[in-house]
Amino acid sequence: MTDTAVPVTTKKDWATDQEVRWCPGCGDYSILTAVQMLLPELGVRRENTVFVSGIGCSSRFPYYMSTYGIHSIHGRAPAIATGIASARPDLDVWVVTGDGDALSIGGNHLIHALRRNVNLTILLFNNQIYGLTKGQYSPTSELGKVTKSTPMGSVDHPFNPVSLALGAEATFVARTHDLDRKHMMETIRRAHEHRGASFVEIYQNCNVFNDGAFDAILGKEVRPDMLIPLVHGEPIRFGTDNGKGVVMQPDGRLRICDIAEVGEDALLVHDETRESAGLAFQLSHLAAGPHEPTPIGVFRAVERTTYESLMQDQLITAQQRSGPGDLAKLLASGGTWEV
Amino acid sequence: MTDTAVPATIERLEEVVIRFAGDSGDGMQLTGDRFTSVSAAFGNDLATLPDYPAEIRAPAGTLAGVSAFQIHISDHDILTPGDNPTVLVAMNPAALVANIGDLPRGGSVILNSDAFDERAYAKASLPGDPRVDGTLDGYQVFEVPMTSLTLKACEPTGAKPRDAERSKNFFALGLVSWMYTRPTESTLEWIEKRFGSRAQVAEANRRSFLAGYNFGETTELFAHAYEVRPASLEPGTYTNISGNTALAWGIVAAGQLSNLPVFLGSYPITPASDILHELSKHKNFGVRTMQAEDEIAGIGAALGAAFAGHLAFTTTSGPGIDLKSETIGLAVSLELPLVIIDIQRGGPSTGLPTKTEQADLLQVMYGRHGECPVPIVAARTASHCFDAVIEGVRIALAYRTPVFVLSDGYLANGSEPWLLPKVEDLPDLSVPFADGPNHTLPDGTEVFWPYERDPETLARPWAIPGTPGLEHRVGGIEKADGTGNISYDPTNHEHMVRLRAAKVAGIAKSIPPTDLDDPTGDGEILVLGWGSTWGAIQQAARVLRGKGRRIATAHLMHLNPFPSDLGDVLRRYPKILVPEMNLGQLTKLVRAEYLVDARPFSKVKGLPFTAAEIELAIDAELGDPR
Repeated sequence: MTDTAVPVTTKKDWATDQEVRWCPGCGDYSILTAVQMLLPELGVRRENTVFVSGIGCSSRFPYYMSTYGIHSIHGRAPAIATGIASARPDLDVWVVTGDGDALSIGGNHLIHALRRNVNLTILLFNNQIYGLTKGQYSPTSELGKVTKSTPMGSVDHPFNPVSLALGAEATFVARTHDLDRKHMMETIRRAHEHRGASFVEIYQNCNVFNDGAFDAILGKEVRPDMLIPLVHGEPIRFGTDNGKGVVMQPDGRLRICDIAEVGEDALLVHDETRESAGLAFQLSHLAAGPHEPTPIGVFRAVERTTYESLMQDQLITAQQRSGPGDLAKLLASGGTWEV
Repeated sequence: MTDTAVPATIERLEEVVIRFAGDSGDGMQLTGDRFTSVSAAFGNDLATLPDYPAEIRAPAGTLAGVSAFQIHISDHDILTPGDNPTVLVAMNPAALVANIGDLPRGGSVILNSDAFDERAYAKASLPGDPRVDGTLDGYQVFEVPMTSLTLKACEPTGAKPRDAERSKNFFALGLVSWMYTRPTESTLEWIEKRFGSRAQVAEANRRSFLAGYNFGETTELFAHAYEVRPASLEPGTYTNISGNTALAWGIVAAGQLSNLPVFLGSYPITPASDILHELSKHKNFGVRTMQAEDEIAGIGAALGAAFAGHLAFTTTSGPGIDLKSETIGLAVSLELPLVIIDIQRGGPSTGLPTKTEQADLLQVMYGRHGECPVPIVAARTASHCFDAVIEGVRIALAYRTPVFVLSDGYLANGSEPWLLPKVEDLPDLSVPFADGPNHTLPDGTEVFWPYERDPETLARPWAIPGTPGLEHRVGGIEKADGTGNISYDPTNHEHMVRLRAAKVAGIAKSIPPTDLDDPTGDGEILVLGWGSTWGAIQQAARVLRGKGRRIATAHLMHLNPFPSDLGDVLRRYPKILVPEMNLGQLTKLVRAEYLVDARPFSKVKGLPFTAAEIELAIDAELGDPR
């Protein structure tokens, strides 16, 4: 670390000379562009930035970032990143993962990284399919999904990644999508600013094995009526003429309604800082899947001490209590005798 | 020595092997530990063997619930916890019948007579009183009503009988302390320190301990007490140490010797958890310990920390190695330093969690997909665990590779006196981080290549995040030699496979020649061992040499790669016997590597070899009459 000002960089400075090998038309390209455009704005240094990924199409990401990086093994990126972040709190550690990587084989590591509140920015590219292995259903595929491994349709209920992250008590949970660079950049910027584990689900189109999975909500014409932007402190409203909103019914359930019917004052005001994740969880369940009006933006952003800072505090406390380590003293600590 | 009066007759013994046996709730491990500490401080050489069930509390009074602790104390240097006890302390009928078979006739049995009743026989599934059915014929039996004497001793403390009864292990400890003329002060101090916060418990234990001691002194039950004089060990400062503590201290020491912060990623598993516990006490050394969500995350976090420039460890037992294998493969591919400590236990699967075995050798040697070489170092005694971990770290750092350090359940929990090394004599383990470009392109540009190798060690540079200009990406996909970029080129892959193999093979240049002991120089047999069989092999060889046999022994600390001269050493002997607590794993390796007719001598009972077993096996192998 130096005291000198962070050098001014451009998108180009964050790219490598490696040929990007995603399929033409893949949603990953726009996410890569968004991140490479965002990093120069964040006031961070390339040498202090580490991208860690698992296995899957999205996990090729680190090869395209001119930072430190590890393309690791399937599902384990959050565990490896936890080691990096807790060993070196001075680093800026990112995890890039997919729906299979993070929610199937690596589900355990994801929830534990979130509950520990390790200072990681986790980007989950959700395309609801296994792309790298050529088209099997994933843990976010809709029930009945017909794929090579499920010719009669899948029979397992999908995960809702945002609900899962909230259930794991993540301190920052957001959702964005690959067709709106501005929203992606703003959401990821917020995630990066957050101290602790931040989780961003990015709806991403796999144009080869699951093309159009999000068309029902992301299509240009339907988007205003199908995406519900969450803005902290604002009533939750959407629709072509902003005529729809979310209200809480007397029984505590959330419902989408016409503002004309219920009146502005009835709208639920979004509060991402609520200590309880309950309401955010309800919001995450407003849509049964990406074919119904779906909230995007920051669901939850609360402060909690990070894992690595608590770890660091214990080292300092231990030194204050016992002084810096003295090896000779340690070896003699079990009682000695002379011969 | 104690101030308390001792009986006029004290018989001097060269050595004694005492086994404390009771219910797993009876505190036998604590009793054994305490007797060990006192004997160590007294200056005896010693070795211990705890043997306890995997269940925390198996049903009380049953055979399954018997917990035992064996200690061998001696006035000369000893190598094993003793083949058979000479004294058995049995706290109940189950403990008696479970252990009496190991006690040679003529041995002494001290039993808690209060625990012998019909209910106890039923619990232990015994037809009747084992004291009268011939079980104890030929033994010297001392019946002591330990429970009632303990209750009486505790009366003044006001403790409820149920609580007071729990102090009976201190009564037994007091009695045995008297029998073997152990000083009482340090145990009394220890009771104060350990139980001081609970005054009533401390007082009950103190009174019970003294009651046991005084019982020995004042009753006429025992004709005399015994004395095992201090051993004449090499001069220096000693401490008593278990294998797991030695490993934990070795980890702390390696951090100091390499000037690197230590990171341990681990998941609780028997018999390795104590390393995590011990290390977690030493955060003032800057040691980070992480109890991960699973075995995979334990090693994953450690590997991440290694990438970030820390000295990284993961500790586990065989089932954990199963789970960590994929990450070990990644570490081989990333070529980062990482030390994996495997405390072997009985397998397969859950197997015998609290019992010892050496059956993970082939797993750590070969248990990964692809050509995936990993160096292996094995500890031979409890204190040698300290040296083994330092050697493992040396290899990991110098060669940028994951390294296995093998111990086992026997070493982990057993203890022995350890001549403390001088800190200034310990090796410097430091290695430099990369700090600038290491390669010049044809056009003269200076660049950093993450897979450019040191010509001597074939190690790649360790370039840690935070270093400007050395940003690079590593991963599990095959890398192009030098640049480290992804490469699917067939020729490059074979080249990289051979490079990784050559790097590990090349470690042999940095390790000492085979540790061969052949006093006559013309041994009729070579007994080849590795790991915790060392003590039993040496003891057996000592006995046979005393009988005029020409026995050579060699004990391997490095199992991958082997010492460069091992093939020559093996070929020098007409017979090679390899005692192993498995079905012949080292035997397979040396046969495959050197085409020698090595024969396995196997034991997989969850217990270490006795010296007598190895002696017999050597005899059988030699075959000819004396």
